Amino acid sequence: MFIKKGKLLTGIMLGTGLILTTLQTNAETLRLLTWGGYAPEKVVEMFKAETGIKVEVTNSNNEEMISKLRATGGAGFDLAQPSQDRIAGAQSEYEIYKPIDLSKVDASKFITSMLEGTKKNTTVDGKVYGVPHVWGTSALTVNTKVAPDVKDYLDLCNPKYAGKVSYRMKRPTLIAFAFAMGLDPFAAYGDTTSYKMIMDKVEAKLIECKPNVKAYWSGGDALINLIRSDEVVAAMAWDGSGWKVNAEKPEVKTIAPTSGALGWIDTFALPKKTKAENAAYQWINFVMRPEIAAMITEAAGNFTAAKDGDKFVEESKRMRFQETFPAAAIDNIKWYPPVPAGLEDMEGKVLDRVQAAK
Amino acid sequence: MSLSLRSAVRLNLILLLIPVFLWLLLLIILPHIDMLLVSTQVKVRPRVYEFSFANYGEFFSEPLYWRTFARTAIMSIAATLLTLVIAFPVAYYIAKMLRGRMKSFLFLLCLVPFWVSELVRTFGWMILLRESGVFSNLFQWIGFADGPVEMLYNDATIMVGLIYTSMLFMVVPLVTILDSLDDSLVEAGYDLGGNAFTVLRTIIIPHAMPGIVSGCIVVFMLTLGNYLTPVLLGGKDSLWFTAQIYTQFITRFNWELGAAFGFLLLFLSSMIVWMGLKLSRQTLTETMG
Repeated sequence: MFIKKGKLLTGIMLGTGLILTTLQTNAETLRLLTWGGYAPEKVVEMFKAETGIKVEVTNSNNEEMISKLRATGGAGFDLAQPSQDRIAGAQSEYEIYKPIDLSKVDASKFITSMLEGTKKNTTVDGKVYGVPHVWGTSALTVNTKVAPDVKDYLDLCNPKYAGKVSYRMKRPTLIAFAFAMGLDPFAAYGDTTSYKMIMDKVEAKLIECKPNVKAYWSGGDALINLIRSDEVVAAMAWDGSGWKVNAEKPEVKTIAPTSGALGWIDTFALPKKTKAENAAYQWINFVMRPEIAAMITEAAGNFTAAKDGDKFVEESKRMRFQETFPAAAIDNIKWYPPVPAGLEDMEGKVLDRVQAAK
Repeated sequence: MSLSLRSAVRLNLILLLIPVFLWLLLLIILPHIDMLLVSTQVKVRPRVYEFSFANYGEFFSEPLYWRTFARTAIMSIAATLLTLVIAFPVAYYIAKMLRGRMKSFLFLLCLVPFWVSELVRTFGWMILLRESGVFSNLFQWIGFADGPVEMLYNDATIMVGLIYTSMLFMVVPLVTILDSLDDSLVEAGYDLGGNAFTVLRTIIIPHAMPGIVSGCIVVFMLTLGNYLTPVLLGGKDSLWFTAQIYTQFITRFNWELGAAFGFLLLFLSSMIVWMGLKLSRQTLTETMG
């Protein structure tokens, strides 16, 4: 009797388990490889309510996105969000993306100049691989009470602030320091020898500057902590981080460096073996609606390429943006051109040597 | 009859071994073969690779890489020895001085830190040691320091973190082996006029040697392969070989060099363990069995 009951129970459990799993596989899912804050829970819920598609969010960064997709040959995710300058190189080297079908993307929802710029920069062999989503800059985050004279990246090397500054050990730092030293790395992108010369100078500068650094930051939250606790008074950081701290600590400001902030645009790109292409296009068109885009701006701290998206954003956010970027500073933003394949190997060595220097 | 029984036994044995065998083959041997193949490829142009040992050459020709390895190895050896020095009295106390509940209680205390993940433990150290952290404030309050003290981001902090993480793996084999030491041998040593030092040197340590060596091997391998602790506590000067491998694979997209580094780590650390065994005149079967 007991055995029978037991069998019946397991039978029921197995049955419900089967039903549940089939239900789960029936509901469409979109596996999104993105950055922290780009797919807030509320937006994911609204999307599910409207389309019935479940979104699985994986937070990552540019290098990890490329590595993950390279490892599987472009499988495992249905939509990725690499920066626009990192698509063409990765595509020609590892073939991890699929061209975007522009007829499925509602172009009227995008700020035209940004859409065209991204399309141009992500074109490989005549095919477009990316459309813009969130944009922002790498700029300076400064505690203006303690370090009022930090105006450009090189001011981070001022001995006055020894042990109180921070930046990342990643390629944007190399580019920023090159511009601050009066060099133009973007102009040298196509010419390996002159790019090497620029990088050698930057390497020497960064090694000289190293005693000033408290710690190289790697995640946005770690940096926010360092600044909030006054352990760091000036840093090269994403503009959004500085604005976030500014909300609770008004003396901390995001400042556009005199040599120009570095502008990035994170895109939507389809991994080569995407399994939910339609869901991906639905998600793109959904988050580019101005009111949804504003919600993403609230969560991520940066503005989007959605037309009129900024109109729905809280007034204080717009004020902070305008304080950092008066019209002249916007014109001075240096937008990343696509990185030619091979340059990153060279930069990697430079970063290694800086890290190892005493 | 006996024939079918024997074949049944053999079938059982095969069935029991299949999971282990599959585990080894699919999760350890095959990936390593693949890694070995990857490590002998060199990129000539985008998407074009050639067979070459240049990646291994790179390790020896670029001072940065072998220095990082040397630094990692030396610090790991130092951490292992320090762990041994700290863990030995603890293990001796637990094994020889205590009986009953107290013994299991202290043993349990050594285990408690492992109930939280390594990441959380490391963040705990960061909260304690950072400039605006607990210790810094305490020192200022007592009057030891005038301003905030930064105790993070240096080699000493890495050592503290590594030793803390590996304590348990040294204490467990030491307690087991010291438990098996007959107390009367120690008493006899004293009866024959030995002092504490000679008893330690001629009776306890020789007896505990297999435990010491197996503890050291485990701790050395764990510290050498640690990634989180050196990266989080070490800050801008932290150079750990595993971090270098991660960098090659993930941020530099250079899987070929990363794979070569992985093999070099495996080979060189095995060499160091082998040398340690030779120096302590132990064999692997003795220490592990």
